[in-house]
Amino acid sequence: MKQEKEFDWFDRPESIRKLWVMLYVVCGLLVVPDFFTHRHAYFGFDGLLGFYALLGFVSCAVLILFSKLVGLVLKAKEDYYDK
Amino acid sequence: MISDFPPAALLIIGALLVPFLKGNARNWYVILLPAVAFYLISQLQVGSSWQVHFFGFDLTFLRVDKLSKVFGYIFTLNAVAAFVYAFYLKDSTQHMAALFYIGSSLGVVFSGDLVSLYFFWEVMAVASTFLILARKTKKAQAAGMRYIMVHIFGGLCLLAGMVIYITQTGSIAFHAMTDRNLGTYLILIGILVNAAAPPLHAWLPDAYPEATVTGGVILSAYTTKTAVYTLVRGFPGWEILIVVGCIMTTYGIIYALLENDMRRILAYSIINQVGFMVCGVGIGTMMSLNGTVAHAFCHIIYKALLWMSAGSVLYMVGKSKCTDLGGLYKTMPLTLIFGGIGALSISSFPATSGFTSKSLIIDGAVHEHLMWAWLVLEIASAGVFLHAGIKFPYFVFFAKDKGLRPGETNKPMLIAMAFMSFLCIFLGLYPQPLYNVLPYEVHYQAYTFNHVIAQLQLLMLSALVFFLFLKLLKRTETISIDTDWFYRKGGRLFYYIVDKGLNGINRLSDRVFVGGLAGALGRVSRRGPEILALGTLIPLWSVTGMTAEKLRDKKAKARAALATGSSPAGITAALATIFLVVVFLLS
Repeated sequence: MKQEKEFDWFDRPESIRKLWVMLYVVCGLLVVPDFFTHRHAYFGFDGLLGFYALLGFVSCAVLILFSKLVGLVLKAKEDYYDK
Repeated sequence: MISDFPPAALLIIGALLVPFLKGNARNWYVILLPAVAFYLISQLQVGSSWQVHFFGFDLTFLRVDKLSKVFGYIFTLNAVAAFVYAFYLKDSTQHMAALFYIGSSLGVVFSGDLVSLYFFWEVMAVASTFLILARKTKKAQAAGMRYIMVHIFGGLCLLAGMVIYITQTGSIAFHAMTDRNLGTYLILIGILVNAAAPPLHAWLPDAYPEATVTGGVILSAYTTKTAVYTLVRGFPGWEILIVVGCIMTTYGIIYALLENDMRRILAYSIINQVGFMVCGVGIGTMMSLNGTVAHAFCHIIYKALLWMSAGSVLYMVGKSKCTDLGGLYKTMPLTLIFGGIGALSISSFPATSGFTSKSLIIDGAVHEHLMWAWLVLEIASAGVFLHAGIKFPYFVFFAKDKGLRPGETNKPMLIAMAFMSFLCIFLGLYPQPLYNVLPYEVHYQAYTFNHVIAQLQLLMLSALVFFLFLKLLKRTETISIDTDWFYRKGGRLFYYIVDKGLNGINRLSDRVFVGGLAGALGRVSRRGPEILALGTLIPLWSVTGMTAEKLRDKKAKARAALATGSSPAGITAALATIFLVVVFLLS
């Protein structure tokens, strides 16, 4: 069997661009149903338009930034405990 | 009767036969044992029990109800898959340790009293340590030692609490605890050590990633989940657990985001996932308790699957740091797909088992109008996708190609992963068989249009954030300092202080007593015979009229003979004779 070219679709810049477009489109489309359906709100604010999308975005951004911040203190060299 | 046979005994006694078997016979044997145990559990009648009278206690080694049975099912099911995965392994010590460990975890969930529960609890701690030590690296040994020390501490809390509890109530029976006093709080702390609740959690991300490839898979399931079982049984509705659970969910995410080692990321995500379960126990309604049990069930499957895929990578490449990995999708596509299914399940993606189980807990919080708990759990759900759902597969299988071309892992590992992947999707699409075995009756429909859309919004936006913030998430060759610092570095500080303080006194007394007094005594007893012998002999020799030169020669010879113990008659005999002569002359 001759050596075939390796499958490297995910490494190609044009594929990565396609994936980005897909991700944005999916995120956008997911908010569309909120315009047409009424979600029962248990606490008031959770019935807002695109609430879960906003929650996902904001909470993940905060989690990453916060972990980056505490990382300044908590990250140590790999041989920290060997010294 | 066979239907009342404690399943724990099957695995523990069965483990003793492992060393007598070889090769594939041994591999099949260890797969078959938990499979038979699974069958036995399915045949156990709810309400049956098996008691032994022991030192004035009625020990209940078998208490069968829906709660113990559902944990029995998943413990044995997971064991079957784990041993299929471990088919390549030729180490009977690991197999034995694993069987003891899994067997005693069954012992915990089926024991009806605190004394036998405590016994199995401790066997678990000891047996599991061997799965860490079996890696045979210096790091694993050190981590294993710390692991067992922490569990001894947890066990002591548990024991102290039980002693107080049993003294107060006069009964060893293990039921839901209602009194809140020192005894029950100590028991709770002992259990929370095993549940890996901060700040008592550091043993988990410290030790599990140092375990062997299969050890990690097995460890991920039992210690924390027996703790969850014990909480469901003993502490339902203890509100403090809502707080503890919420802290666990976020704590796990923050640290998993900081971590570089893929198995350490998975270790922190155990803390995050157990947090959901602990929270469910704290809410304490039938719905949330069902949710906790269902989530434990599904979690064991997808977490084992994730550890299996990480284990396959470690097995094939020998590396586990994200900074060393990347681009493996090219040569390990099946491992990627299976690991990806595990990653989606842990993130509660619709159509996977996490979605049908975790929703019960979150809706449990909603029904009790616990707004803050609900909000934290939703935020944590989004965060799970971040650290376990995307970060783990992305940095291991995609990201930057590091030129690793290991090829796919061995067949048994792939079969085990395929089986677990199937279960993840099956329970995601059709959760009814799981709902049927939960402790309370379930009337729940996870798949409503709004629920699915809400969950997808949460997760996809979380994915968007991950890739938008990718630069901030760049892996660094670091470790993260956790509360184990206190007994790893803090311990050294303590040692230093004690060394300089108390040992100063020690050194002083050493100098005075050992170096000074004892030395002097030693010199006296060593040189005593010489002084005595020569003191007697020299006058004798002088009397016989020896020349000075000859006398010196004689003296040196006598000294040498005494020092080597080679004087003709033996030193003591010679001394005794001299003594008698002296006494005779003086009398």
